[in-house]
Amino acid sequence: MVSPILELTNINKSFGHVQANKNINLKINKGTIHGIIGENGAGKSTLMSIVFGLYQANSGSIKINGKEINLRSPRDSIVNGIGMVHQHFMLVENFTVLENIILGFEGETVFGEKLANAKKDLEKLCKTYNFNIDLDATIADLSVGFRQRVEILKSLYRGAEILILDEPTGVLTPQEVDELFKILRSLKDEGKTIVLITHKLIEIMDLTSEVSVMRQGEMVGHTKTKDTNKEQLAEMMVGRSVLLRVDKKEIKKGEVIFKVNNLSVKDDLDVARVKNINLEIRSGEILGIAGVTGNGQTELLEALSGIRKVESGNIQLFGEKISDQDNFLNPRMLKEKGLAHVPEDRQRMGLISDFKAHENLIFGYHDQEPFSKSAVLNSQEITEYSSKIMQEYDVRPNSPNLITSNFSGGNQQKIILSRELNENPKVLLVGQPTRGVDIGAIEFIHQRLIDMRDRGAAILLASVELDEILSLSDRIIVMFDGKIVGEKENKNVTDRELGLLMAGVA
Amino acid sequence: MSNIVVDKSKVPWWVSNVIVPLVNLTLALLVSGLFIFIAGENPIEAVKLIIFGSFGYIQGFAYTLYYTTNFIFTGLAFAVAFHCRLFNIGGEGQAYIGGLGVFLVAINLSFLPIPIVWLLSICGAFLFGAAWAYIPAYLQSKRGSHVVITTIMFNFIASSLMIFLLVDVIRDTNQMAPHTVKLPEAIWLPSFEAFSGILGIKIRYSPLNLTFLLAIASLFFVWFLVWKTKWGYEMRAVGHNTQAAIYAGISPHKNIIIAMCISGGLAGLLGVNEILGVSHKIQAGFPAGYGFTGIAVALMGRNHPIGILPAAFLFGILYQGGSEVTFEMPNITRYMFVAVQGLIILFSGALENLFRPQIESFFVKRLNKEVNA
Repeated sequence: MVSPILELTNINKSFGHVQANKNINLKINKGTIHGIIGENGAGKSTLMSIVFGLYQANSGSIKINGKEINLRSPRDSIVNGIGMVHQHFMLVENFTVLENIILGFEGETVFGEKLANAKKDLEKLCKTYNFNIDLDATIADLSVGFRQRVEILKSLYRGAEILILDEPTGVLTPQEVDELFKILRSLKDEGKTIVLITHKLIEIMDLTSEVSVMRQGEMVGHTKTKDTNKEQLAEMMVGRSVLLRVDKKEIKKGEVIFKVNNLSVKDDLDVARVKNINLEIRSGEILGIAGVTGNGQTELLEALSGIRKVESGNIQLFGEKISDQDNFLNPRMLKEKGLAHVPEDRQRMGLISDFKAHENLIFGYHDQEPFSKSAVLNSQEITEYSSKIMQEYDVRPNSPNLITSNFSGGNQQKIILSRELNENPKVLLVGQPTRGVDIGAIEFIHQRLIDMRDRGAAILLASVELDEILSLSDRIIVMFDGKIVGEKENKNVTDRELGLLMAGVA
Repeated sequence: MSNIVVDKSKVPWWVSNVIVPLVNLTLALLVSGLFIFIAGENPIEAVKLIIFGSFGYIQGFAYTLYYTTNFIFTGLAFAVAFHCRLFNIGGEGQAYIGGLGVFLVAINLSFLPIPIVWLLSICGAFLFGAAWAYIPAYLQSKRGSHVVITTIMFNFIASSLMIFLLVDVIRDTNQMAPHTVKLPEAIWLPSFEAFSGILGIKIRYSPLNLTFLLAIASLFFVWFLVWKTKWGYEMRAVGHNTQAAIYAGISPHKNIIIAMCISGGLAGLLGVNEILGVSHKIQAGFPAGYGFTGIAVALMGRNHPIGILPAAFLFGILYQGGSEVTFEMPNITRYMFVAVQGLIILFSGALENLFRPQIESFFVKRLNKEVNA
């Protein structure tokens, strides 16, 4: 039998007292696409960072082609034919593709004949794998999908036989994902080995031939992809059976309660990010905003929630004008009028990670009774409330005095949701409600949003996860370059259609 | 580079807040001992002198508490601003201007009933200090001028302004030296020896006076303000995460200004101790570096009143004991103790994280063993 190209035996890694990897065994065969799936914090990225030499394992061995090797730095890994494409690209924005690829590559110079040779080699590579990249283009001018290709090309040029991709599709449109998968398949056909780290089941089913599942730092199973299905994988990931579809009953929509007229918004650098947008939401309706990150969704939500100034146009709540270019209500006044906001970026905006959980649970409501009375905070009331609501929203652990950064992403998100939903808002603005949240909590959060809708709230949901938009929304609008480029009732809409709109080509 | 990663939630509070500062302090004192040794004196003898000088006799102890009073005010001043992540280096200037406030109120309103004069003078000190901090606060919140830079500059401006006033405007014209006339004796704050006189104990002069109790009250006031009121909550929210504060409808501008004004006001209270309590007149340069040392006090005390009290007391001991040492040991100058203070700042501020990971992981491991055993 041929020995696997990469074999990990009993890998252990701990950070302080957190054991990120426990006795991991993994065999990856040459010429396969091997998926590694698990929830956030399951230890996937740690494991792959060990393989790429970024971390050193506390114990265990790594073999490549049956030969034990010692990886002390990424350089060792590159020499051994391992390449990695990170979630966040490591490219110099104002350099060309060619410059980025040869940057820091030992044994080459960036002048004269050698440069020309390097370019020739790269052109050959591009052709073999259908990369379709202009080597002289500047990185800053390239779309995210192309930048990712540059990263892959970089690894291949350095002689990678095993290519590790860490959550490669998070920032791509469905069409770009298709292109990426095409490239990955052609790499496999040429005999390269690909390791795909992801938390998206659908990608595993589409692309991989073998899959390994991680949960809480342990490897809980290996299987051939064709012998399994999504439900089974989800159950392995979470450790219990999971409802993948959201149960949503038809509901009668009410009147329009939130309306946006000709809204334009600029960002901090004075660049127009929202351009003349009109929308309305009825009570009992979830309006989904689909779009690739950075097409104005962030600024739109900020303007609607009173954080960002409106450039022109206005916003109406129950027919009353709440914001226009001259004045806008601040978030606290909007809360009093029944508008709540779950911000996209919980670390940056939604909560204060150094505060205790109970302090975050009253954040923005801290000056209301019973939490405070004539400026003095009522600690007892706050603590009682906190532990009650943490129970209700299943925030684990239920310790109101724990510092918030010690909670997992999912539980932090539940802290925000419990705070914002508890007042029964009439209008709810939600950005990326499940980003970095584990499957079990996603199910819970989606159910809460549907409950809010059924109770007659008008909900605006912005998400980069198309699946989320499709499973929750009643109506979907697509944003591209600050404009609404499409609006559809959520009936028989496919992610293909939306993808074309998101890419701005339809 | 240290690779120790400690799970913060498992570290007991007393390890990070008591053991670590004590270790840092011990190191600073060991290095100071080395300096004293190099200077040709016996460090053990120096320690004995410090302890005797600050505790050994009642007058020395009173001096220690007098210094402690000043350090409590300036330490609290720094801490309050720091909770809003503002580095108020301007305690020195705010104290100076605060002193002007005490004096102007006291001398102009001295006809009122005495407790009212005291109360109004304290308000004067607080308001003048706060007003001096308001300008950098405004520049920070509206114009983005960094408060570190502006408060340093405002120390110089305060100093120049006071020299001008003391030379040309409010100088005691019967004197050549730049200081004002004395306040009427009736409104001086009762001193420590006056109290002990009532109790029938006779002691020699010391500068300790009623302001010490005001300092203790200020400790409580700051604790209550920062942790028990919505204002403190909002200040801390702005300090930890301005973006999130805006999201919650908390105004960063307003809170920067409130935090700086309270900070400046607390620094201004130093003027109560110095002018209403001790010298009864404004002398040029009376804040004498207390404002700067307050930064070290706050850093050592981890910006918490419970920490600031012992830290202020420690610096009180160093000041009082230190002067005793320079008196007895000819090779040790006053500047040696400035260096000792510097070392304490270095070890408990700049090098705070030097041993923290090791100490914390040591205790976490030990405690885990106990739990498992």
